[in-house]
Amino acid sequence: MAKRIDVSGLSAYYGSFRAIEDISMTVEPRSVTAFIGPSGCGKSTFLRTLNRMHEVTPGGRVEGKVMLDDENLYGAGVDPVSVRREVGMVFQRPNPFPTMSVYDNVAAGLKLNGSYKKSQLDDIVEKSLKGANLWNEVKDRLNKPGSGLSGGQQQRLCIARAIAVEPKVLLMDEPCSALDPISTLAIEDLIGELKERFTIVIVTHNMQQAARVSDRTAFFNLAAVGQPGKLIEIDDTERIFSNPSVQATEDYISGRFG
Amino acid sequence: MDITTKNIQTPPPPPQPTVAERKRNARGATRPGDRVFLGLARGSGIFLLVIMAAIAVFLTWRAAVAISKDEGNFLTTFEWNTAGTEPVFGIAVLAYGTIISSIIAMVIAVPVAVAIALFLTHYAPRKLSGPIAYVIDLLAAVPSIVYGLWGALILVPHMDGLFGWLNDYFSWTGIFDWEGGAPRSMLTVGILLAIMILPIITNVSREVFKQVPQMHEEAALALGATRWEVIRMAVLPFGRSGVISASMLGLGRALGETMAVATVLSPDFLIHGSLLNPGGGTFAQNIASKFGEADEFGRDALIASGLVLFVITLLVNGAARAIIARRKEYSGANA
Repeated sequence: MAKRIDVSGLSAYYGSFRAIEDISMTVEPRSVTAFIGPSGCGKSTFLRTLNRMHEVTPGGRVEGKVMLDDENLYGAGVDPVSVRREVGMVFQRPNPFPTMSVYDNVAAGLKLNGSYKKSQLDDIVEKSLKGANLWNEVKDRLNKPGSGLSGGQQQRLCIARAIAVEPKVLLMDEPCSALDPISTLAIEDLIGELKERFTIVIVTHNMQQAARVSDRTAFFNLAAVGQPGKLIEIDDTERIFSNPSVQATEDYISGRFG
Repeated sequence: MDITTKNIQTPPPPPQPTVAERKRNARGATRPGDRVFLGLARGSGIFLLVIMAAIAVFLTWRAAVAISKDEGNFLTTFEWNTAGTEPVFGIAVLAYGTIISSIIAMVIAVPVAVAIALFLTHYAPRKLSGPIAYVIDLLAAVPSIVYGLWGALILVPHMDGLFGWLNDYFSWTGIFDWEGGAPRSMLTVGILLAIMILPIITNVSREVFKQVPQMHEEAALALGATRWEVIRMAVLPFGRSGVISASMLGLGRALGETMAVATVLSPDFLIHGSLLNPGGGTFAQNIASKFGEADEFGRDALIASGLVLFVITLLVNGAARAIIARRKEYSGANA
């Protein structure tokens, strides 16, 4: 169910500006990979190339290859829409659909993918909300608007919405940066559970968070403002935070930099 | 000793501001500039209310005078005869014509306007959407008499084909029966009104659709929604109340449109089941065409019909507000 991501020679552009340059890495299935690095180093841009969301930005285009198991996401004739049905995404700010109830938010992706019976939908919605550790808090208000929940609950609702369609990969773009510490803890616990079923990639500015939740960590950096961001190194999280092989990584994680 | 104590008087305590004074201070209305501005603003507000009340009282009074002398039933009579000693007049035909022509206009204009607005905000390249939006703005500024002339000189002579086709294939519905008269009918009026209210509905809808937060559209995209599904999941629900408001603005114009209707319609005082046969009338058109030759009583009768139009407009707006308020917690305003 979870799939391996294999990126090779990937560059992404905004118009003529090259935001990230020549990135290659492998993300193992059923693991959590964290992207860290200073602002503007292109880690979010890179994340968005993994489900072809980068092309949604005007002027956005991508060169290189992203293999999801043995399918090239940027191959000829691949529909970005079907890519996004396989690679789910959770955003920095919780973004449940304000015009939908809790239930409809979770079912939103399912309704795109095909027709389900009401009982099937009920089951999947309950399973997804349980999977996002939100069921007990919302089971009595499934028909209330999703925007009425707290920030942390909204973010878990977005996770439930993303996992309801059973993606192969789950991308998370700073999912806790708008949340308080308790909600952050809830999400981090959840990531630990979700990695049993999904390949997870998480962008974070919080290095303790990267150390807590991830199995592998990738450090991105840029030479100067206006220069493209590059992957400096990717390694086991333990090794990155104890004995990285590149000096810049050590400088960054020990706060001597950026 | 006694004397000294008597002469030493404690100074009177400084005057405490009353509650009203303190409130005034808090509003900042103590400095001369503030006081002048407050007076001007308050005066303008009161002036407006007084004028509104005066107009309402005047119109209601004149209308009441006219209706009290009506020998027919004001609501159901199919006739408008205010001359002579036994005046007979009623608004049935006018109410029917006004509502039918506006419904036709809305049925045509709202979907087209929403489609144009979606095209401009979500499909058209930016280079194209700017100029198109500008042209639509210009359309909104064209005076209604120009639309009327265009309708009478260009639209009416070109309606025969459409009317014949509707009559051939849809006369069984009863509303598309055509006896071959000049196409100065409710359908032509409705089409003209649709063109007239299209710009305002398009513009307001476009502004609303532009306000849809990027993050809601990205949420739909990330679930694997196509462009149309993004619009259905994120854009249309978010813009729903705005589109209703936009439509109400358009409807307001359609209900009250005078010159364009008067120029195109060939009026009579009958309710025609078919939208294709000429005849019928609207409140505004009837007032415009009769006011010039009416005597004082005739004018009062026309004023009474104008009041009914006013009430209809109020009801329509109230209904629209109720629709918007019904789903307020889902409006997206609290997101």
